[in-house]
Amino acid sequence: MNIKTLIFTLVISVFSSLSILAEEHAIHGEKDIKTEIKETIAHHLMDSHDFILTHDLSFPLPIILYTDGNLDIFSSANFHHGTTSHTVNGRTYSLDHGHIVEASGLHPIDFSITKNVTFIMIVFLMMLIMFTRMAKSYKKSALPSGMGRLLEPIVLYIRDDIAIPNIGEKHYKKYMSYLLTVFFFIWIINLFGLTPLGVNVTNNIAVTLSLALITYVLTTVTANKSYWGHIFWMPGVPVPMKFILAPIELLGTIIKPFSLMIRLYANITAGHVVLMSILGLIFIFKGWIGSSLSFGLAFALALLELLVAALQAYIFTMLSALYFGSAVEEHDDH
Amino acid sequence: MEIPAIVGAGLVVIGAGIGIGRIGGSAMDAIARQPEATAKIQTAMLIAAALIEGIGFAALFAV
Amino acid sequence: MDKLINDFSVGLFFWQSLLFIALILLLKKFAWGPILTAVEEREDGIKDALEAAEKAKAEMQALNADNERILAEARIERDVLLKEAREMKDKIVNEAKDQANTEADKILISAKEQINNEKMKAITELKNQVADMSIDIAEKILKSELSDKNKQNELVAEALKLTK
Repeated sequence: MNIKTLIFTLVISVFSSLSILAEEHAIHGEKDIKTEIKETIAHHLMDSHDFILTHDLSFPLPIILYTDGNLDIFSSANFHHGTTSHTVNGRTYSLDHGHIVEASGLHPIDFSITKNVTFIMIVFLMMLIMFTRMAKSYKKSALPSGMGRLLEPIVLYIRDDIAIPNIGEKHYKKYMSYLLTVFFFIWIINLFGLTPLGVNVTNNIAVTLSLALITYVLTTVTANKSYWGHIFWMPGVPVPMKFILAPIELLGTIIKPFSLMIRLYANITAGHVVLMSILGLIFIFKGWIGSSLSFGLAFALALLELLVAALQAYIFTMLSALYFGSAVEEHDDH
Repeated sequence: MEIPAIVGAGLVVIGAGIGIGRIGGSAMDAIARQPEATAKIQTAMLIAAALIEGIGFAALFAV
Repeated sequence: MDKLINDFSVGLFFWQSLLFIALILLLKKFAWGPILTAVEEREDGIKDALEAAEKAKAEMQALNADNERILAEARIERDVLLKEAREMKDKIVNEAKDQANTEADKILISAKEQINNEKMKAITELKNQVADMSIDIAEKILKSELSDKNKQNELVAEALKLTK
């Protein structure tokens, strides 16, 4: 993609985000503008049971609920954007600020295909098609063709500059699949978050927890004796110190994936909040100069977010590789 | 008089900002001194910055 | 922190984990495996090719050095040969010259001798012939002189006069 297309896409996405805000404004004109912007941002950050493109165009998504040992499946169109309740198999559900509640006080567990789940599925299919096609292109010739030409340097970068230096030549191969998948998944889904589709999958703690948990499980499962030795019985320190260090080290192993989870979540959330707040300033200023200034700032910020999208994917992959490296490292030097 | 938690969070963010700034500055110095080690320095810089950033976020979410 | 826990959605966690693990496994089988193997094969191929090229270069250099050495040797040999040939030529030429000179001298001497001999022969022959001819002439003159009586007398008189 050349730089012109890139800038064009960015301008379009900023404008489209603007138009969403503008429409919201037009409809609830009587409310205080600041509260309204806050609400729009909060709404944008939340997952939803409908896939709303504009006010006129929205797609209902399937709702899957596990209540008291029963599975209830129905379409989110039955809620009419949270205005009505729906009764299925004798249980009445309604939408309360994006959460599904049951009328008689049962606690349904929500396994619905929400907007975010839809996008996880889209990225799932996209990556599957993209990379299997890339793999097939190698059967024809040793050099990549089409998409592969763009993706291969990234794949090689992850292998040569992330996996090998951090994990080591000997063990890196078994982690490659995870590192590559997690990098491309986070990157692509972050980029989706910057499009005017209004999704932001990685600013859900459930998503980042899932990703960080896989890193943690992989680290723990593949760790060698020396890794555990360094946690529970630190070599080279006096015995009383060993008892103090063990819980600290053990806590450290949990803090590592926790910081992975928080970092991705917070960066993406903060990026979205700041970007939308600056867009919101346009409606607060209502003036020619202030609004164009906010637009310029929002544009610059969108560019920065584009960088952050890749950087967070890089850092997540990098730190995962670092943790894997510490798990398989052989300490024979002391 | 009670100091609101948000002030504490602000202090942590200032600290984290200074920390990341120092890392970036030192990395620049190091790159200027040894341009051939740029890749390694950048990696180390990003890791260190990411760790500090984690602390910053932890403080923000504690609020 | 409370907000984080409140926002946590079990469904999203479930779907994310399920889809993501499925994605890792599927991509491992159908994409990363083949891609990384292909890339590695290609890199090995390039490495091998480079090594082969390096080897060929070294061989080429060795060959060149050999060639150079052989050439130098050949040059020296050629010089020696040329020198020898030149010497031989000089010798032969000189010998030939000497031989020719002596031969020429010999020929000259023999020729001179022959010439002398021939000359002597010719002179003797001429002498003989002249003698013969003088006798013939004398005879003829005598015959003609003596055929006339007067003249005979005169001659006798004259001869007598002379002898006196």
